[in-house]
Amino acid sequence: MFAKRIILPVLALICYSVAGVAQVKKISLPQLQKRISNRDTVYVVNFWATWCKPCVAELPNFEKLQATYKSKPLKVLLVSMDFESKYPAVKAFAAKHQFKSEVLLVTRKSDQELIDGIDKEWSGALPGTLIVNAKKGIRKFEEREFTYEELNKLYQTNK
Amino acid sequence: MKKLITLLMIAVAGVAFKPADSGYKVGDTATDFKLKNVNGKTVSLADYKAAKGYIVVFTCNHCPYAKAYESRIMALDEEYAPKGYPVIAISPNDPVAEPTDSFENMQKLAKQKGYTFPYLIDETQDITRAYGAKATPHVYVLQKTPAGNVVKYIGAIDNDTENANPAKVKYVENAVNALLIGKQPEISSTKAIGCGIKWKKNA
Repeated sequence: MFAKRIILPVLALICYSVAGVAQVKKISLPQLQKRISNRDTVYVVNFWATWCKPCVAELPNFEKLQATYKSKPLKVLLVSMDFESKYPAVKAFAAKHQFKSEVLLVTRKSDQELIDGIDKEWSGALPGTLIVNAKKGIRKFEEREFTYEELNKLYQTNK
Repeated sequence: MKKLITLLMIAVAGVAFKPADSGYKVGDTATDFKLKNVNGKTVSLADYKAAKGYIVVFTCNHCPYAKAYESRIMALDEEYAPKGYPVIAISPNDPVAEPTDSFENMQKLAKQKGYTFPYLIDETQDITRAYGAKATPHVYVLQKTPAGNVVKYIGAIDNDTENANPAKVKYVENAVNALLIGKQPEISSTKAIGCGIKWKKNA
């Protein structure tokens, strides 16, 4: 018990110092909706969680998409569905993986409100990806994993 | 003729491999099944002669959210099996895609935790597709009627996965309590974040 009391804060400290400039902002559902309604940009919004293995496995594909089209009006948002109480863990995770894409933690009153707000057809299973091109009136949600090729195709067909 | 056969083949393939984006809605009659339990025997809903209904839970070993709900699933069986609504747990995942969900690991977990309910493996994933389960954990409350097992509730166990809110809404308990006194569940369908089903490749 005593050891645990010492070890946990020390671990937390290490995590924080590694995290350093971890840029994970919290965002509410209305804020997110407003953000992706911007007509000048195509948004690829990936919903993931630190505990979700297939999510973590496909994150590099989203990173690659953002890197490939750095000069294009494409914005990849990596939206964590972790509990708000896991905010420090999400920040540490983002810092460890040094994500170049923007990482957000979505705050919500309930999962249900968030899931339906993103897409009525979404069951809530992770991972899931939303592509929004407000200028062309495109908003599609895909409840599945993506390879880079599939992701690239998703972008190319909706940009 | 060749063209016709090709067309036919495409049509058949289309039907056979149609992705399962439909599944049951509240009010539908749910199919029974015959799935292998962790004790090696098969289990069907019809085996429960005295049941008034069933709490069918798609859950699994590996998913952190299924783990978070495990003790609450066990408590549901403890509370409602004696009242006529036993828990029937089904693991929907392909063990090749997720080795943690192998039959052997299911056996180990059930034994270690002392599951009082069957923990079945849906090897073909046909039942998972028929029900339309998309994630773990995902609950279907069925009521036994002369016309079959009617779906009365679909969704989450409660609205507090983290189990941190004492004022949580216990959807499944509320639904079964309503059915037990001859009423309809007030909330019959909910959604929650969960782990996507691990489907077989090329299925």
